[in-house]
Amino acid sequence: MEWFRPRQDIPFMRHALWFNAVSIVTFVAAVLFLMLRGLNLSIEFTGGTLVEVRASETISPEVVRATLAQAGLREAQVQNFGSARDLLIRLPHLGDGESAQASERVQALLDQVPEASFEVRRVEFVGPQVGKELATNGLMALAFVILGIVAYLAMRFEWRFAVSAIVANLHDVVIILGVFAAFQLEFSLSVLAAVLAVLGYSVNETVIIFDRVREVFRKRRAKMDTPAVLDHAITATMSRTIITHASTLAMVVTILLFGGETLRNFALALTIGIVFGIYSSIFVSSALVMWFGVRREDLVKPPKQKEEAVV
Amino acid sequence: MNRYPLWKNLLIAFVLLLGAIYAAPNLFGEIPAVQITPARAGAPFDPYALAARLEPKLSEAGLAHQGFLYDPGALRIRFADTETQIQAKDLIESELNPDPAKPEVIVALNLLPGTPEWLARLGAKPMYLGLDLRGGVHFLLEVDMEGAVTKRLDAIAADLRSLMRSERVRHQGISRSGKLIEARFADEPSAEAARRIITRNMPDLVVDILPQGEAVRLVARLTPAAEQTIREYALKQNITTLHNRINELGVAEPVIQQQGAERIVVQLPGVQDVAKAKDILGRTATLEVRLVDDTPGALEEALAGRVPPGTELLYERNGRPILVKKDVVLTGERLTDAQPGFDGQTGEPAVHLTLDSAGSRIFRDVTRENVGKRMAILLIERGQAEVVTAPVIRTEISGGRVQISGAMTVEEARDIALLLRAGSLAAPMRIVEERTVGPSLGKENIERGVTATLWGFVIIAVFIISYYQLIGFYSVVALAANLMLLVALLSLLQATLTLPGIAAMALTLGMAIDANVLINERIREELRAGVSPQMAIATGYERAFATILDSNVTTLIAGLALLVFGSGPVRGFAVVHCLGILSSMFSAILVSRMLVNFTYGGKKRIAHLSIG
Repeated sequence: MEWFRPRQDIPFMRHALWFNAVSIVTFVAAVLFLMLRGLNLSIEFTGGTLVEVRASETISPEVVRATLAQAGLREAQVQNFGSARDLLIRLPHLGDGESAQASERVQALLDQVPEASFEVRRVEFVGPQVGKELATNGLMALAFVILGIVAYLAMRFEWRFAVSAIVANLHDVVIILGVFAAFQLEFSLSVLAAVLAVLGYSVNETVIIFDRVREVFRKRRAKMDTPAVLDHAITATMSRTIITHASTLAMVVTILLFGGETLRNFALALTIGIVFGIYSSIFVSSALVMWFGVRREDLVKPPKQKEEAVV
Repeated sequence: MNRYPLWKNLLIAFVLLLGAIYAAPNLFGEIPAVQITPARAGAPFDPYALAARLEPKLSEAGLAHQGFLYDPGALRIRFADTETQIQAKDLIESELNPDPAKPEVIVALNLLPGTPEWLARLGAKPMYLGLDLRGGVHFLLEVDMEGAVTKRLDAIAADLRSLMRSERVRHQGISRSGKLIEARFADEPSAEAARRIITRNMPDLVVDILPQGEAVRLVARLTPAAEQTIREYALKQNITTLHNRINELGVAEPVIQQQGAERIVVQLPGVQDVAKAKDILGRTATLEVRLVDDTPGALEEALAGRVPPGTELLYERNGRPILVKKDVVLTGERLTDAQPGFDGQTGEPAVHLTLDSAGSRIFRDVTRENVGKRMAILLIERGQAEVVTAPVIRTEISGGRVQISGAMTVEEARDIALLLRAGSLAAPMRIVEERTVGPSLGKENIERGVTATLWGFVIIAVFIISYYQLIGFYSVVALAANLMLLVALLSLLQATLTLPGIAAMALTLGMAIDANVLINERIREELRAGVSPQMAIATGYERAFATILDSNVTTLIAGLALLVFGSGPVRGFAVVHCLGILSSMFSAILVSRMLVNFTYGGKKRIAHLSIG
């Protein structure tokens, strides 16, 4: 079986402007959503209490919310979680001393709900200080990944490649965040982990194309111009791109389908990230490299003994 | 050309064999067990005698067990199912702890890995499951360090007052304000005298003299080193206290660890009663010293129900009744340290207590007036008093160094010192993070994670084999080897596996196939270019290697960032992710190549390379 065997190179770069226009529109939309609606941060970042309960009977979240509100927990959010019997109750930070007891208070109040009995399945409480630290650490991790990848690619290729790769992939990150903002999906620590993992993963894609670009520059001397080399590199690696991503996506989608509610947003972030990662690696980063004006001479240093041997 | 040297094949086979051995324990599941540990650290404990005592009781009740496991500090009994386990626990509890208020041993439900003996002997253990997979409570506690420091400064201020009094330096008041101790003096010379005394007696303080109009103000502050010591001591002390308290909860494998400079992580697997756990963690225990009422006949009266007024009937740790006066001589507040040791004259095991200056003075006066009588040292928790020891006062004791000795073993001395030291928290703590996962959710999480991983694997396997045929099959074998090695690594390192960790495992598999896809595509490309199959295999692997390395490095950078900056669930994800990248490099390149070499490497001419 062989699905992808183009006879000649597909002229991707001729349409680079169009692809990038699409990118820019999506990007701007994501930024707008982020600015207007903001991320729905989980209690891990904001501090607060989360209680997951399973009711013995199907019960409307509204009933539970009313009970909690009556007892003074007016800011409690109650929603279904996966099934009609599973409920997720979120409380904002209540002030020192009180917060640590919030989960017990919720449990006591739930025992008074006559419609059903409740089994507490999960409690998470995060103090506001810890939340702030987690948020800071998350940003630090993001900065570390960006710097690390730029440094590695600059060393391995050239700074223009490094910048193109990171710009393309950060644009994926913004789009993932934009989707989370648009649909007000909960942005938790594990989603952050997914975002960073995707960042590392989609840079792969760029690296593989760039590897090929360098190889072609070396092999074919001055015969091809940069857009043609890029087209050739993308076409040559396309089969691998599609097979690999199909495999990874298969895995991620099974997590999305079978992994349960806890992993849902995590898997969703990965799915969006992988899909956009392909797009941006191929179209955005390659086009950027082209526009940055990378030439053969930038990559193929005066031949050393060893490199000659490889060619 | 497509042949690995023998040593390389053997090395790969050896690594895979190791992987298989260390991954194997995960297949055997867990066996319900009851774990018995001594209630107090260091108390005499003989698991063999205990087993001999329990054996007939269990068979009498018709509770079949699957063997005893002996450890110096624990006895574990395995059972076929959880129902027998719970019944057995109740039976053992009532047999060994007839009085629930004074437990002799801690009886806890536990799950033991069902790892066969020979595997366990090789050090193979199943993966260590995180709380989100096995259920339990996780607390992050923050120690109030400012509280610890001011508490110490208050004690120092009190010491200064009595020091000034004994050295006959007149002052106009000594008080603590913030982190400073201020003393006011009428004139320069007395302030100077005070400074000399302080520098001689209290090396932890830095003293400044500030003239203030007529009077002179002396300001003392802790040296940074001393303050640091106080902080460290407070943290250590709180951890010790938590250890002791958690013992009471009967948790099978508690984790109590320092995190950062002022936080403590407490993980209690299997604990469901969060309210009780919180109560015990936040509890304050106090030490009291009181006199014993040894009036002849009084104890008998009290035992008959007529407790003389002003006294209280209590029990010693060995269960002996003792009549103690209600007046408190000293409390634990006055204790600065307790260490096990030996009596200087008799060589008997002893506990050395150090009192602060106010405590020393009180102690001196009381012992002088009560030579020949007995003194009881009590530990009070939740309103329950227990007499730790009740020695006879032989002479007046001055200087604040008190020794408790008499009829105790080395273990007991250590135990008492620990109890006295760990009796109370050095500084208040508050919960800054809590995660509780019920056991049913934990089980569901495992099922879901495993289902997702398996299905994902099957889909990839079918897809890759149908696309690349025999070479694709080898890629899948390499992927399976990767999974096995990853599980083996996690088991070997005993890294905590969490739900995000399982997700990372699935994701890593999904990403790891990339290396083989790269290789296979390269081989195809070479074939298309008209290169001979043998050559295509060689160049395919060779050329793909640089790309695989590059792409794995970038993924690894992201993984390391998560490992360094992540906490909780993210760290669980990062550990698996990073290890998975490393193991995938090995299996995707070496294992698949070895298989390809076995199939094609020996042939002179390959008619058809099965790569789809």
